[in-house]
Amino acid sequence: MLEVDKNTFGPEVLEAPGKILVDFYGDGCVPCAALMPHIHAMEPKYPTIKFCSLNTTKARRLAIGQKILGLPVIAIYENGVMIDSRVKEEATPEACEEMIKAHA
Amino acid sequence: MNNIYDVIILGAGPAGLAAGLYAGRSCLKTLIIEKGQDGGQIAITDDIENYPGCNVEEESGPSLMARFTAQAAKFGAERVSDTIKEVQLEGKVKKLIGVNGEYEGKVVILATGAFPRPIGCKNEGKFVGKGISFCATCDANFFEDFEVYVVGGGDSAVEEAMYLTKFARKVTLIHRRNELRAAKSIQEKAFKNPKMHFIWDTVVDEVDGDELLNKMILKNVKTGELTTIEADPDDGLFGLFGFIGMVPNSTLFEGIIDMERGYIKTDENMHTNIEGVYAAGDIRVKSLRQVVTAAADGAIAAMQAEKYLSEME
Repeated sequence: MLEVDKNTFGPEVLEAPGKILVDFYGDGCVPCAALMPHIHAMEPKYPTIKFCSLNTTKARRLAIGQKILGLPVIAIYENGVMIDSRVKEEATPEACEEMIKAHA
Repeated sequence: MNNIYDVIILGAGPAGLAAGLYAGRSCLKTLIIEKGQDGGQIAITDDIENYPGCNVEEESGPSLMARFTAQAAKFGAERVSDTIKEVQLEGKVKKLIGVNGEYEGKVVILATGAFPRPIGCKNEGKFVGKGISFCATCDANFFEDFEVYVVGGGDSAVEEAMYLTKFARKVTLIHRRNELRAAKSIQEKAFKNPKMHFIWDTVVDEVDGDELLNKMILKNVKTGELTTIEADPDDGLFGLFGFIGMVPNSTLFEGIIDMERGYIKTDENMHTNIEGVYAAGDIRVKSLRQVVTAAADGAIAAMQAEKYLSEME
């Protein structure tokens, strides 16, 4: 999974071709840490999607600019726009995989 | 034939992990199934000081639970991530059907705990993760230098509000009564904190915003008066955190296990109405829901399981 930050989010996610998954997490977000290994494990299964992660603790304004005020969020981007997401309690490994399959 | 466990534990909060430790240490083939994070509710709190034996100054929920997890694993309890959709609890071999697999065990310990009670205001669902949160440690960072509101009046509400004062420039506690239920020592600290403000006799009636939360309507429960709160124009948003109690995770057992208002009824040995099925932790009917009582329940359930299994042979 490609770790992006406030400098690389533009080129690697918003301006990238195809569909990009972003795992938004934060320092001290325990549910995020529990979810991340499941998302990592999905990456090889869906090669048409680019898997990225963003530490929002270090990119707070960027996250707020993406309308994110709560974690975890697993989002799919296309053409610079968030086209789908699973937020907080909805973001179970199973629900995230269903969403990824629908966009793969 | 199949992989039949001696004990399957549903839930890896303190009750489940303590049960796992005791069952593993009794050389029972043990599986813990968890759909989310180890540690349950306590894993998302920054500070815990009343678990006996914890390091009062430095302990967090995650630090304490990391040791529970390691200990259960050390004594051989296996762990799997899955969400159970159906339970078949009658008979000598119980079956749990999850999204990722099916699990069979001679004993099942139900330790599924509880989830946060929603605030109950109009449009709430639209703003979860967009200003509304039930996890301060997850989301406090977003609200650095912004304003946040906290609904509740018990220990959790006051403690989490105090945690939020490390981030937000102002934290306002909204409580439906005119005095807090929280322990006196916690109340004292809260009243002394210059960032803490209080709105009494009030509930949140409605929330609103563009994509992010920027408006809410409060209602005074005594007078019925409505007050509108809007975000500071320079902020454009505020946070609203709910800490008004928990709802038991028991819908999976409805009609199967005897319950009272959603909590599982047991005797003092954690026995449910079904042989070979026990309950432990916050899911039970009980007077005190704390990490220490959850751990005690888990230990008792595991040892009862051990006794039951040895009598089965």
